[in-house]
Amino acid sequence: MSDFWILLTGALVASCCGILGVFLVLRKMAMIGDAISHSVMPGIVVAFLLSGSRDSLLMMFAALLCGLLTTFLIQMFQNSGIQSDASIGVVFTALFAIGVVLVSLYARQVHLDQDAILYGEIAYVHWNIWELGGVSMGPKAIWLLGFTLFVIAAVIGLFYKQFKLCAFDPALAAAIGIPVVFFHYLLMGLVSMATVSSFESVGAILVVGLLIIPASTAYLLTDRLGVMIGLSVGAGVASTFLGYGAAVLLDASIAGCMVCAASLLFIAAFLFSPSHGVIVKKLRLRQLT
Amino acid sequence: MQNIWLMLADPNMQWIFLGCTLLGLSSGVIGCFSYLRKQSLMGDTLAHAALPGICIAFMLTGIKSIGLFLIGAGAAGLIATFGIGYITRNSKLKQDAAMGIVLSGFFGFGIVLLTLIQHGSYGNQAGLDKFLFGQAASMIASDVITMTSVCVLLITVCTLLFKQFKLISFDPGFARGIGYPVAFLEQLLMLLIVVAVVAGIQAVGVVLVAALLITPAVSARYWTDRLGLMVVLSGVFGAASGAVGTWISASVSNLPTGPVTVLAATLLFFISILFGPQRGLVAKQLMRNRVKQRFNRESESLAKNSLKKEAAL
Repeated sequence: MSDFWILLTGALVASCCGILGVFLVLRKMAMIGDAISHSVMPGIVVAFLLSGSRDSLLMMFAALLCGLLTTFLIQMFQNSGIQSDASIGVVFTALFAIGVVLVSLYARQVHLDQDAILYGEIAYVHWNIWELGGVSMGPKAIWLLGFTLFVIAAVIGLFYKQFKLCAFDPALAAAIGIPVVFFHYLLMGLVSMATVSSFESVGAILVVGLLIIPASTAYLLTDRLGVMIGLSVGAGVASTFLGYGAAVLLDASIAGCMVCAASLLFIAAFLFSPSHGVIVKKLRLRQLT
Repeated sequence: MQNIWLMLADPNMQWIFLGCTLLGLSSGVIGCFSYLRKQSLMGDTLAHAALPGICIAFMLTGIKSIGLFLIGAGAAGLIATFGIGYITRNSKLKQDAAMGIVLSGFFGFGIVLLTLIQHGSYGNQAGLDKFLFGQAASMIASDVITMTSVCVLLITVCTLLFKQFKLISFDPGFARGIGYPVAFLEQLLMLLIVVAVVAGIQAVGVVLVAALLITPAVSARYWTDRLGLMVVLSGVFGAASGAVGTWISASVSNLPTGPVTVLAATLLFFISILFGPQRGLVAKQLMRNRVKQRFNRESESLAKNSLKKEAAL
């Protein structure tokens, strides 16, 4: 049964990240995703210190605030003349450092492990059961992730057209009256939510792997947005399964193995993608000559 | 909080203090060039990519020494740089996505190796995970000597090749035109960044070492428009954050050095962004006020003049 819960958690994380990752990769904001996944750290810690529980809505809210703050600060420094990559670097390292300092100062009083935040403990997911009126409802993490996935799917589904246009041609989107800035922040808010609800299972650092790598894999395989989202989720879920299998075999970190599996899938797509693969292109060139 | 002079009387502490300060200095200096070349996040990627290199170096030899880790991490860093370049050149993915893929892929692999080491039969592995956040207190004299020589090397190379690095930072096309070996210089600069990052990992940790490269350089940019001064200032900022970081983390128990150093650097950054001459927020506001006043004065006198003219008519 524990295998089932772990795989389900992994699949949910991969789906949340896979959907959002597509937009990050298309809008060339992969590193902002990386920054947000680091900088929700102080939000997680503060919410944890306040509420004392790991999977509360307060935590979600705090992380959301942190994510939006990160986006806002990066934008502000960029507007004041700092290169975009440098402003990303300054902001996320500072927030992450605050988070680590808070953890080290208060870690003794509360049960919050630095390692757990960073690499996650997906193996313990099924121990943390949500009970409603004495009836076991399954692991809490599943409910939290399910809720997040629902929100993400609902928002992206409702505003699919707008997100699509903002991803490919923000200038046109602004010209026809779509509030581009609002959608930018909305996307960043969703990324923060996805990060915080998956931090317990894969950790704050490796979330970025599941955000960017499956989406990039999908990007190499197709030229259509809808298909790309599907493929990205598929690649994410596949890497969860492969990664979990490898982790059990090797007795190694599950989250690490998941990201490694995602990287291997990416390498496969990079080499053998029917339209963009390096080897496929070479073969085609040889046929031509 | 311990008195800093009292703390410095301890010879062991002197080494650590010296190590962290030098580290801040050299990463600040190198960071300037990577900032100007718009490669700030490269440091972050290289730092994350160094983790599997460090783990493999440890698994092969079973010894924890900075020298060996430098080699392992350097090799991993070079593979990572190559990987980013290869992905960007051969697919439609942009550089940021390539960086994200390499960063998280390598880091995930590093975490797997780290857990393998922890679960495996490698004795003496305790403290390897300190590399994630850095624990300057675990430095010993030989580490500091390695670090010092690395810093001296970095600063010497930067001083000797200052002119060349300056040119490839601002106008690589022109540099190529007058016959500099630009590709070689770029690779050399990348190698120096790898060295700075790896040396920094011991003190600041994998996740935050990028801040030592980026933050002092950005702060220094607020104070000057001249590269020479910027490099010196950035070095000073880096050294100061390293020193403050060591001092505070040594006097408060259970506080890792890395985050404190980064926060010190961030504080300097905020001071710079507020009070930097010309570019700082305060200076900009003052300038805006002055211009507004002058405009008001001028438009008033203009209005008066035109009134006079009307009266004269």
